[in-house]
Amino acid sequence: MANPENLKYTKEHEWILIEDDIATVGITKYAADALGEIVYVDLPKVGSEAAHMKICGEIESTKSVGEIYAPMDGEITEVNSALDQAPDQVNQDPFGDGWLIKIRYSSLPDLLSSTEYDALVGE
Amino acid sequence: MLNTLLKAEHDKLGASFTEFGGWEMPVRYGSDIDEHHSVRTDCGLFDISHMAEIRVTGQAEEFLDYALISKLSEIENGRAKYTMICDDQGGIIDDLIVYRLDDDEFMIVANAGNQHQVFEALNNRLADFPETKVVDESGMWSLIAMQGPKTKELLGPLVDVDLTVLKYYSIAAAVLDGKDVFLARTGYTGEDGFEIFVSGDPSGIWQLLLAQEGVSACGLACRETLRLEAGMPLYGHELNKDLTPFAANLGKVIRFDKPDFVGKQALEANKRPEQRLFGLQGEGRRAARADYEIFLPGETESIGKVTSGVLSPTLQVPIALALLDTNAGLEIGSEVEADVRGTRVLYRVVELPFYKRGR
Repeated sequence: MANPENLKYTKEHEWILIEDDIATVGITKYAADALGEIVYVDLPKVGSEAAHMKICGEIESTKSVGEIYAPMDGEITEVNSALDQAPDQVNQDPFGDGWLIKIRYSSLPDLLSSTEYDALVGE
Repeated sequence: MLNTLLKAEHDKLGASFTEFGGWEMPVRYGSDIDEHHSVRTDCGLFDISHMAEIRVTGQAEEFLDYALISKLSEIENGRAKYTMICDDQGGIIDDLIVYRLDDDEFMIVANAGNQHQVFEALNNRLADFPETKVVDESGMWSLIAMQGPKTKELLGPLVDVDLTVLKYYSIAAAVLDGKDVFLARTGYTGEDGFEIFVSGDPSGIWQLLLAQEGVSACGLACRETLRLEAGMPLYGHELNKDLTPFAANLGKVIRFDKPDFVGKQALEANKRPEQRLFGLQGEGRRAARADYEIFLPGETESIGKVTSGVLSPTLQVPIALALLDTNAGLEIGSEVEADVRGTRVLYRVVELPFYKRGR
């Protein structure tokens, strides 16, 4: 699966969809594949503060634990609670139904374009 | 990194790979959880060619009785035994399956990462056995594990031996896909199944077995969750040179009634280790992983660490093996806490194995 061109990316293998003042955040297909089948997702509380590059959650697969970094400062406005029951959505549809959190951002750091991220993961 | 002869087959199946014991091995082909379940309910096919094969001939039973902790002279031709090779301090160099192929011929299967240590340790013990030959045949054997409740009925029609009379922990020569192989009824998943020793190109056999209805290719990720559910130790996690078989609850594998064997004195002198393995079962979905600290409830001093831990795909609860203080008063049902990245999570001491197949 190609990394969608309309998204922004981080070196921590997260994708960001910017819509007005809300950023939807997930992990890339590359990251999901590397983790293996995801069995548990620990997401932050709605209303909590997101701080750029601070850990705000965890993704566990059978093999390992991955950390979710907030890609920017802001406030968590929504989390994907469907992942409680179906964490493997992150594997099935990482750029869609497998999204993790929405942040009302206060500022935007530099993010990677899809071309830059493609280069990072060697695609 | 080394590749098995089945690398091209794995590539064809779209496998993801991981490094294990110096080998590039398939970690999963699709979903590791689906692969796990396929072994519990049907049949899974594993490439475990990274495992080491060492053949011992000439005065072989006397030599192995001295070099290993079990009594190999006691097993009949065609039978297998789970055992260990220890150093003279009683520390575990590796855990092994030893197959008796003939009166004076044994095949040892050792872990990939320990191939050289085991081979070297065996060679260092040859002094009093001038007729014994120890040959590392790891390069000539591919090993394919076919595991799961449907294995016998799927494999049976493809071979020239009657699998119903090949007992658990037995081995027999057989013809499969026109090739001479050894079929061993052993495994590392907690299910019934066979391990197939193939010399030469194993691709045809792999393809034939995978083409059978209900057989799934399975990677090392599910091999890990399967063996852990079955309470089986993994060298480097539950077993190492600082631990004796007693620490792994495997004291019964040692035969002190042998005249002498490497490690005997040290093992006899220390039958009660300071720490031993316990099975822990938790609740919820957060699994304590290897190296996480374990505490008595509310206490701040650690009583040991998790050696392997995962959310069990079969039981749907976190399970862990942990190396814990024997003087902490733990018994079946005792509550302990795991420090899961800063949060205390409740676990209970349970009987091993976590999972046992139905008979």
